[in-house]
Amino acid sequence: MINATLKALSQQLAAGAVSSEELARHYLDRIDALNPVLNAFITVDRDKTLLDARAADARRAAGNAGPLTGVPLAHKDLFCQQGWKTSCGSRMLDNFVSPYDAHVVEQCKAAGMVTLGRTNMDEFAMGSSNENSWYGPVKNPWDIQAIPGGSSGGSAAAVAARLTPVATATDTGGSIRQPASHCGVTGLKPTYGVVSRYGMVAFASSLDQGGMMAQTAEDCALMLNVMAGFDKRDSTSVERAAEDYARDLTRPLAGLKVGLPREYFAEGLSPEVARVVETAVAALKKQGAAVVDVSLPNTALSIPSYYVIAPAEASSNLSRYDGVRYGHRAAGYTDLIDMYEKTRAEGFGAEVKRRIMVGTYVLSHGYYDAYYIKAQKIRRLIANDFVEAFKSCDVILGPVAPTAAFDLGSMNNDPVEMYLSDIYTLSVNLAGLPGMSVPAGFAANGRPIGLQLIGNYFGEARLLNVAHQFQLATDWHTRAPAL
Amino acid sequence: MSLTQQDVARIAKLARIAVTEQEITAVGQQLNDIFGLIEKMQAVNTDHVEPMAHPQDASLRLRADAVAESNRRDDFMALAPQAEAGLFLVPKVIE
Repeated sequence: MINATLKALSQQLAAGAVSSEELARHYLDRIDALNPVLNAFITVDRDKTLLDARAADARRAAGNAGPLTGVPLAHKDLFCQQGWKTSCGSRMLDNFVSPYDAHVVEQCKAAGMVTLGRTNMDEFAMGSSNENSWYGPVKNPWDIQAIPGGSSGGSAAAVAARLTPVATATDTGGSIRQPASHCGVTGLKPTYGVVSRYGMVAFASSLDQGGMMAQTAEDCALMLNVMAGFDKRDSTSVERAAEDYARDLTRPLAGLKVGLPREYFAEGLSPEVARVVETAVAALKKQGAAVVDVSLPNTALSIPSYYVIAPAEASSNLSRYDGVRYGHRAAGYTDLIDMYEKTRAEGFGAEVKRRIMVGTYVLSHGYYDAYYIKAQKIRRLIANDFVEAFKSCDVILGPVAPTAAFDLGSMNNDPVEMYLSDIYTLSVNLAGLPGMSVPAGFAANGRPIGLQLIGNYFGEARLLNVAHQFQLATDWHTRAPAL
Repeated sequence: MSLTQQDVARIAKLARIAVTEQEITAVGQQLNDIFGLIEKMQAVNTDHVEPMAHPQDASLRLRADAVAESNRRDDFMALAPQAEAGLFLVPKVIE
C-alpha cells in the first residue's frame, strides 16, 4: 500500500477496499516511525487527522464522495490552515496557530482530503537546501547525508519516503522543482496566477506560486484540478474558465516539438546530470517527439535579477513581523524601536535577515532605479526569450539543477554559491511560466536526478501530458528509497 | 561597490533588525558578496525596455465597496503577544 499513487488510493476508497481512517492510520504510523530520522514534518496531530478521516468516511457513506475524498495529503507549513500551527519554518511564527484557511486548504477540504500534517521547509521559503529551517534540516530519504533540496524539502522528502501520497508546495525560484528533483518525485509549479496565493505566507508576491508533489504526473493533474481556480481574494489570481488538467494525459507524443535551450547545457552542468537529461531526450524521441535547438540568451542574468526582485518583495512583505499583532516578540526591550529590532533579530534566521537587508537596500532612496527597476527590465528580457523560444517548440526541456543533491552542511556558509545553483529554475518564475520536475535517473552515488519541463503560459495540460507519456515509457518515478 | 560597516549599520536600522558589533563584519562581507553578483546587471543595456512587475502584466481588479469580512476580532486579538481590552499593547510611544 505504501507505494500506491493518489489515483490508486482514490480507486481503492471508491471500491470500499480500504477506509479513509485505515489509510490515515497507516500513514500516521509510518510518519511516527520515520519522521524522527527524516524531519520532514514540523507538526503532526493524530487526533485532528483521524477526525478528518472519519468525516470523509461518513461523507462517502452518505454518497457525497468526490474522487479525492478520504485521500490523505500533507501541506507545506506555509499554507495557513485553521487550528494548525503555520510556522513557515520560522521562529517568528513558532507560536502562530492560523485563524483561517488558505484558498488551497479550503479547496482540499472541500474535496474531502485528509491532512496528515505540516511539512518542514526553509524559513519563509528562502533556501535551496532546507538548512534554513528553525526546526532543523530535512534529510533526503535516499541518503541522509544529502540535502533534500529547498525550500519545499519536507514535502519532497515526505512523498519520496511514502509518508504521504501527495503534498502541497510552493515555488518562488525553484522551490518545488529542485527538491522534487533531489528526492526523485514529480513536482509541478503552475503558471503564475493559476493557484490562489490567498493564505500562503508571502515571500515574493510577483513570483510565489502554489503547486504540488506526488509520485506521478497523473497524480499532479488530479491535484491541480482540486487546487486551481479563480479566487477574488488574490489580486493576481487569473480569471479563466475551469479546465480538466488530466484531459490530455493520453495524447501521443508524435509531432511534439521539444526545445533544448543551449544555455542550459553549457559550462557548469555536471556530466552525470547531462547524461540523465540526454537519455530522457532519447526516450521522448523514441515516442515520436522532435528536438529543436532554442536559445534563452539572458539565462545567466536570471540570478542577479531574481536576487534583487525576490529580496525587495520579501523586505516589504516581511515588514509585517513587528512583534505587535502576532508571532514572536522579544522578552526585554527599552522602547518601541528596540522592540522591533530585537524581535526581528531573534525571530528571523541568518538567510532571511540577509535577504531583508538586500531588499531594504535596493528599495532605499537613491538606489531604486539602479537596482529594482533595472532588475524588472532584465526580467522583461528573460520573459521575452521564452516568448521567442516557444515560437518554435511546444515544451522546453533541460536540467533542474546543475548537480544531484549536495551534502548537508557543505554550502551553508556561502550564500552566493548556493544562489548560483538556482540557475535553471529562476527564469521560469521571473517569466511566470509553468514548470515540472520529473524523475529521470540517478547519480553514481545513488542520489536522484530530475528532468525539467517548461510549458508555455497556461500550458499545464500539455506539460502533464508529456510528463505522463514519459512515465509510461520509463520507471524512474516508481523507484523508492529503501527505508 | 563596497558597503562599509556604517552602510551595513544603516541598512540594518532601516530594516529594523538589530545587528551586534560582532556580527557586522561577517554580515557586511556576505552582503558585499551578494552585491558582487547583483552588479552583473549593470553591464546590460536595457534602454527602451519596459520594467516587468507581473508575469501577466495585469492591472488590479476593482471590487464593490462592500463588507466582505465577518467580525473575528477576538480570534485575531488572541494571537497578539500582548493585548488588553481589545487593544494591542506596545511600549510607550508618546510621552
